[in-house]
Amino acid sequence: MKILAAFAMAVVICMPASAEIDLSGNWSTRQHQDWQDRNPGPEAVDYIGLPINDEARARALSYSASLLSLPERQCLFYPPQYVVIGPQSIKMWAETDPVTGKIIAWKISAAPDRDVITIWMDGRPHPPKNAPHPYAGFTTGVWQGDTLTAYTTHIKAGYIRRNGVPSSDQATVTQHIMRHGDTLTITALIDDPIYLTEPFVLSRSWKLDPNVQIPPTPEPCSPAAEVARLDGTGAVPHILPGANPFVNEVTKIFHIPQETVMGGAETMYPEYRKKLRARYVRPEKCVRYCCGWEGREAVDTLKDCIGDYRQTPGLSLPSQGLDK
Amino acid sequence: MCHEKAKLLLVAAVLSLQSVAQGQSAAPVKSAKVSAPIDLTGYWVSVVTEDWRWRMITPAKGDYASIPITPAAKKLADTWDPAKDEAAGEQCRSYGAPAIMRVPGRFHITWQDDNTLKVETDYGMQTRLFHFGNWAASGGPPTWQGDSAARWEIPRTRVGAGSVAREVESQGGFGSLAVETTHIRPGYLRKNGVPYGAKAKLTEYWDLNRETNGDQWLVITTLVDDPDYLQEQWVTALHFKKEPDGAKWDPSPCSSRW
Repeated sequence: MKILAAFAMAVVICMPASAEIDLSGNWSTRQHQDWQDRNPGPEAVDYIGLPINDEARARALSYSASLLSLPERQCLFYPPQYVVIGPQSIKMWAETDPVTGKIIAWKISAAPDRDVITIWMDGRPHPPKNAPHPYAGFTTGVWQGDTLTAYTTHIKAGYIRRNGVPSSDQATVTQHIMRHGDTLTITALIDDPIYLTEPFVLSRSWKLDPNVQIPPTPEPCSPAAEVARLDGTGAVPHILPGANPFVNEVTKIFHIPQETVMGGAETMYPEYRKKLRARYVRPEKCVRYCCGWEGREAVDTLKDCIGDYRQTPGLSLPSQGLDK
Repeated sequence: MCHEKAKLLLVAAVLSLQSVAQGQSAAPVKSAKVSAPIDLTGYWVSVVTEDWRWRMITPAKGDYASIPITPAAKKLADTWDPAKDEAAGEQCRSYGAPAIMRVPGRFHITWQDDNTLKVETDYGMQTRLFHFGNWAASGGPPTWQGDSAARWEIPRTRVGAGSVAREVESQGGFGSLAVETTHIRPGYLRKNGVPYGAKAKLTEYWDLNRETNGDQWLVITTLVDDPDYLQEQWVTALHFKKEPDGAKWDPSPCSSRW
């Protein structure tokens, strides 16, 4: 008994708060889920599976991808939750205190359109509510076993889908970062009191790959006139209420009812299929991205893979998917 | 300071334990149920926020987006005929182990016995059995859910320093479930006929995340290897929310069309 007590005491004396795991390395993207959303881009109006409210829907329907061509908007970053929404590989590394050697922060590399994320591990508090909101937000982390749980506040307003579904500057993100051997999985729970009725949850995985090249910081961005008709006119591209020309596109291509295309929390749950069953008729053949797997970096051949969806009856408008 | 005290105590404890061990047999091995670091039992619902168009509805023939299929797989998928599957009694082809957790449905997890975790699905009415310990498959033809060997992965922490440093399992109810499944009857990764073959191997990591509001989310990282029909390992991650009870449990049989 005394032996066990001594052993237990020794363990308790030096027991770390958690079982920290090394997350550092180059993690190569696997776009084996939502490839279209993450690579060429979603259809212009497709809010399926998003727990959005009416306000978010109204804003999304007024969005024009041409907005991104305005010089003052070309170099804006997406919010930090894009780590699970975007297609990029990520690099993770630790910053240590030079005196104690303890890890004070974990870093997640930037993307061309997202800033470096710093996950503070030293117990510092989040800034006051009205403090500035930087592009990366402000993130603190704690270990729960060997899962790193990170909590981000002070996010700038942005988007949760590239077709203009908005996120507000009151959004927060909880990320669970899990490593199993050479596989990294991040589950992000995005809360937004302005635009979401319940958390929007996404899970993504990456594979450890020392050969993948990942710049840790954002690449330089220089705005330039991209669209002559917008250059210097002061025009702000938008779509007026009730005038979105893409609103029926998903219904025509994929036969999904328009009310489903408008999204909402209900569309995320299995029981929603009961509503769909009587109304959905499977298209006879694939008409969009039907090439099969062209490799992870398939963007070069993408335009050849869009397919003959334009021949779909009633469809004459091009998609905005490749605009950005 | 901490390390010095711990070192002395650990040296004493290790020396004493060595002498005790010489005269006593090892403690009995705990069952998987008793040693479970996390409680996965209960009802879980799949929250479909990704690949919606390929999970919630049956996509068109030829829609293979996101899956790293080989040309041979593409060729086979192009011959998909749900009527033919129905006629052959093969309606469960898209409910095999590599695909079952992607179906939109609810999952009921219970302990079948002390070393077997049971996962039942309402959609497709399938049952997966995760065998812990020294379980060996009994042979026979491959099945939709295959043979699954499971183990707990409990995070380890290093305590002490120098020559007495050692790793111990961390406390506090943290850990993961790792499952390897083989001997799976060939079927579909997607309902529209994207195939997996007889050599397919499924590796899964089940993680439990508890939120500050009390919500529990199960995250399953899924790795599918198939030398016949995949160009590279198919890597996906899914999430499920815990439900208070089985009130929404809604069993429905396999369907090759819906």
